[in-house]
Amino acid sequence: MSVAQIAQGAVPAGARRAAKRDWTFVVALAVLAVVVIVAVAGPWLAPYDPYELYVGPVNSAPSAAHLFGADDLGRDILSRVLVGAGASVFAPVVVVLLSTLLGVGLALAAAWFGGWVSGGIARLVDVIFAIPGLVIAVLAVTLFGKGLVAPVVALAIAYVPVVGRLTRTAASRELGKPYIAALRVQGVSSLAICFRHLVPAMIPIVAAQMAVGFGYAMLDLAAISFLGLGQQPPAPDWGSMISSGQASILAGAPEQSIFPAILVVVTVLAVGIVGARVTVWAEEKER
Amino acid sequence: MNTLTRMLLGRLGGLLLTLLLASIVIYSAVLLTGDPIAALAGGAKPTPELIAEIRAEYHLDDPVWQRYWEWLTGAIQGDFGRSFVYKTAVTTLVAPRFAITLQLVLLTVVLILVFGVGSGILAATRGRAVDRAVATATSLGMALPTFVVAILLIWIFAKSLGWFPVYGEGDGVWDRLWHLVLPAISLAVLFIAYISRVTRSALVAQLHSEHVDTAKVRGIPRRRVFGAHVFRNASPQILAIAGTTIAGLFAASAIAEVAFGLGGIGSLLVQAAARADLPVVQIVSLLLVTIFVVLNAAADLVSALIDPTSVEGGALA
Repeated sequence: MSVAQIAQGAVPAGARRAAKRDWTFVVALAVLAVVVIVAVAGPWLAPYDPYELYVGPVNSAPSAAHLFGADDLGRDILSRVLVGAGASVFAPVVVVLLSTLLGVGLALAAAWFGGWVSGGIARLVDVIFAIPGLVIAVLAVTLFGKGLVAPVVALAIAYVPVVGRLTRTAASRELGKPYIAALRVQGVSSLAICFRHLVPAMIPIVAAQMAVGFGYAMLDLAAISFLGLGQQPPAPDWGSMISSGQASILAGAPEQSIFPAILVVVTVLAVGIVGARVTVWAEEKER
Repeated sequence: MNTLTRMLLGRLGGLLLTLLLASIVIYSAVLLTGDPIAALAGGAKPTPELIAEIRAEYHLDDPVWQRYWEWLTGAIQGDFGRSFVYKTAVTTLVAPRFAITLQLVLLTVVLILVFGVGSGILAATRGRAVDRAVATATSLGMALPTFVVAILLIWIFAKSLGWFPVYGEGDGVWDRLWHLVLPAISLAVLFIAYISRVTRSALVAQLHSEHVDTAKVRGIPRRRVFGAHVFRNASPQILAIAGTTIAGLFAASAIAEVAFGLGGIGSLLVQAAARADLPVVQIVSLLLVTIFVVLNAAADLVSALIDPTSVEGGALA
């Protein structure tokens, strides 16, 4: 067993077992459905204007009027969490889509051209891999300014090595199968093999990777917002709410940090369970 | 030249090339912005004097490759340039802060190895109930990022119970350690869960292998089978992943440092990024990348020394 296999098998070991129990999967899917609805419809669901100051008592605990309480500036925490869901959920989606596009593109190019192109791409991927994702994001923020755009692009680039290597391995394995050789013998063109057989065969593996990647992207972006380099105040986002609530914790009002933190954890757990299920599904298809 | 020496030389060459290319990326990224003077000035207002000063300091009239080379050779000799935001040599900013980050990371590594490897061993050897309990705990742990654990610890142990300080790094050995406990836990939780899974997975793979069955059948005591066969054969794989994890801690430490107001290089990096202080960000990034790459290579090397067969294929493939 190689290190990569152990690393891969180790991540969802328990989650893999959990994914076999249907109710966990159903609950996780339901949680994700709610999160997506909130992310899309947050602004309409919010009971208050998330930017309006002093709609409730400063640093107040949950009450009938403010279900999640009010923050250090008297803003309604529930409204801010609902509106902030948009950036917190869709920014990681963009990271995953961009990195998959880049990673799969580079992997296919490497497999297609081989030779020095493949070598150059491998070297590039090694260099990106040598720079921790957080460092790439911080460098991007320094050059292009705070906000979500620079970190999203930076993380997409940082995730390329993982996506690229996985796709490359899966593509080589698929290309080694007898049916590909059979198609070649029959005179089917390489281009047709690539797009009609290779790409469709890899969809389950890439989908599983995207689900797992979303969880990581969400945690990384929330961390960057927590550090004050992502979503800028007063615009809400779960990571920045957690960090701006730190002063309130010391004042005895943890709600401003705790509620968005719970949402991050629950969303990531749900994505993990669904991701493990998709991985199992992809592996079963592989056989 | 034997396989191991050849592998070492190849690794060293690859390591230096990767570092060189990464340093080029870090240095030349500024060209993407189109206006290096604004980037180098950071938050400072670019007065004509400052622009002239920056031009002189960074030799902006020289060709870019020459500037890069001077930056790199300077950095290797410990000359990290000047910060225009802090108005001081970058070296004097980095040196004292690096010690704090190093101490935090070391404490975190101890926690990860003791609790991560420890719970992994328990999960693999103490029956189903323990295995299931550890699996549940690690499932939760892997969804608990540093910033969430940090605010929970601040809320419970610093604010409500008042057992630990909320902020700062403290003076003296014991006070420092006392200040680093909560940050280290916040940084360790996710990785404890991860290493626990890796350890369990590697051990279970060994426990089910033929040579372990053979050893048991021959009547070798369980403890000895575990030490001499199971753990020894699983350790290169555990070490390789633990090494990568530890290498990443130096960058991840920024989150714990910011949450607990520790003046390490991570929080320096974040402050510098927020103020667009490019010279500081470049040097700290280069430092973090060097640590990351060197520690990763070291983990590979240790794995190779324990299990020479991993040189061909196996852990290094």
